[in-house]
Amino acid sequence: MSTATDKMAPAGAPALDVERIRADFPALHQEVHGKPLVYLDNGATAQKPQTVLDTIAQYYGRDYSNVHRGAHTLSERITAAYEEAREKVRAFINAPESREVVFVRGTTEAINLVAQSYGRVHLRKGDEVLITELEHHANIVPWQMLSDQTGATLKVAPINDAGEVVLEEFERRLGPRTKLVAIAHVSNALGTILPVAKMTEMAHAHGAKVLVDGAQAAPHQAIDVQALGCDFYAFSGHKLFGPTGIGVLYGRAELLAGMPPYQGGGEMIREVTFERTTFADIPQKFEAGTPHIVGAIGLGAAIDYVGAVGLTAIAAYEHELLQYATARLSEVPGLRIIGTAADKAAILSFVLEDVHAHDVGPIVDHEGVAVRTGHHCAMPVMQRYDVAATARASFAMYNTHAEVDTLVHALHRVREMFAR
Amino acid sequence: MSDLRDLYQEVIFDHNRNPRNFGKLEGANHKAEGFNPLCGDRLTLYLKVDDDGVIEDVAFDGKGCAISVASASLMTEALRGKPVAEAEALFRGFHDLLTDGHGAPVELGKLKVLEGVKAYPSRIKCATLAWHTLESALHDEDEPASTE
Repeated sequence: MSTATDKMAPAGAPALDVERIRADFPALHQEVHGKPLVYLDNGATAQKPQTVLDTIAQYYGRDYSNVHRGAHTLSERITAAYEEAREKVRAFINAPESREVVFVRGTTEAINLVAQSYGRVHLRKGDEVLITELEHHANIVPWQMLSDQTGATLKVAPINDAGEVVLEEFERRLGPRTKLVAIAHVSNALGTILPVAKMTEMAHAHGAKVLVDGAQAAPHQAIDVQALGCDFYAFSGHKLFGPTGIGVLYGRAELLAGMPPYQGGGEMIREVTFERTTFADIPQKFEAGTPHIVGAIGLGAAIDYVGAVGLTAIAAYEHELLQYATARLSEVPGLRIIGTAADKAAILSFVLEDVHAHDVGPIVDHEGVAVRTGHHCAMPVMQRYDVAATARASFAMYNTHAEVDTLVHALHRVREMFAR
Repeated sequence: MSDLRDLYQEVIFDHNRNPRNFGKLEGANHKAEGFNPLCGDRLTLYLKVDDDGVIEDVAFDGKGCAISVASASLMTEALRGKPVAEAEALFRGFHDLLTDGHGAPVELGKLKVLEGVKAYPSRIKCATLAWHTLESALHDEDEPASTE
């Protein structure tokens, strides 16, 4: 990440034309309770650019058929588009080969796939899975389920008060029994960016495989799975300005090839008799049934869009916006930011003294501001900070400084209502 | 902002700031915990019911949003001195108020200030948490009452 700067982008990085980007997102141009929408719930899901909407309409409206059954023109056309989307994902994360890209429903399914396919085969009683204290439930529960099934133990590396993983503690929990390490790239509740490359190196030194939950990272920074060195990387399309119901599991080819299928059905087989079935090669082995074809193609369009804007410019712009928002929110009396890591993505979790997060939500909503309130599917994080819930403003490339000001104004309204 | 004031009436702020009957109750003979997994609200309800089935005393403690704390506070005021059967009728009436139910009309008194919650479906569980907890306390259920 770049250092703090008052400019839109550091020298050398292309600048971001926020107004032009905003014009591409129809959902941003509406009023809520008579006020212009200020959409700050991008950590939950992001809005869609017109090009994604048009691509979806085109493929359902004209070029639609099923994939990999190519005896006719429409099927050949959509199969090409579907596989082209896979190649776009490969390039987006800099994976060596497109067959290492498995289309799934989302990050959650990707993690469950690894737990149930890789984990069930490779973990035995007494083996260990290591996660961190800041994980989303989607990177906790599948490993608990796997532990129940195999007798493996789930270990947790702690975070410090700022919300950073304590690396010495992380390393201390690695050992010969550690078979899998599963870590977030960016914490959804705290915004912390984890030093994934370094943690992967530590894990590999102990022979453990590493899965990275990239749900919160993919929309905000360039992803390079080879530079990270991880064995699996998971992310969702809908947070990356693409459709819901489509996501990606990247896995190193030799690992995916050695893993049993996750679900059985059509598409994932080579030959079926009642006695025996042989499975297709990767990635089809993991894509049983008709996939979310148009979702994958829509995700490809979203990747094209983000690529055209440029992830370096997005990361620099969002970083500056985060600095601004952090400073402005700190002016609100009684506001405490939860998650103050040195290396942070544009996510601001906070609590207001004497006001429950669930009372913040509807009041700022009446000012047109959409934030999430609750435990953000990270209950252990809430317990760590001894709060029942937080309010969370999560930014995207189309958010502006003026929108931060509107949020701050709305928070002052909350204070006024709860004063006296 | 007028409709927001329908949700957050002054009475609700008052009861949130200064919840009535807040704390543990010595000599309680019924007790239950309530938990709203969606927002993390938690409360414990204490009841002292006499031999004639009258709620002699009631108190609660816990943490929650303004709606859930005010609702619990208002509930404890409404329950004191009421026979259990009347308390159950109040719950039915209150539930009908928030969900446009069609049960027999019940005189709700001050509890009606929570009617604005009806327009916020995600908050109805905040308003009913204390009442669900009352049900478990009266029936001495061991599992925490849940709004789920």
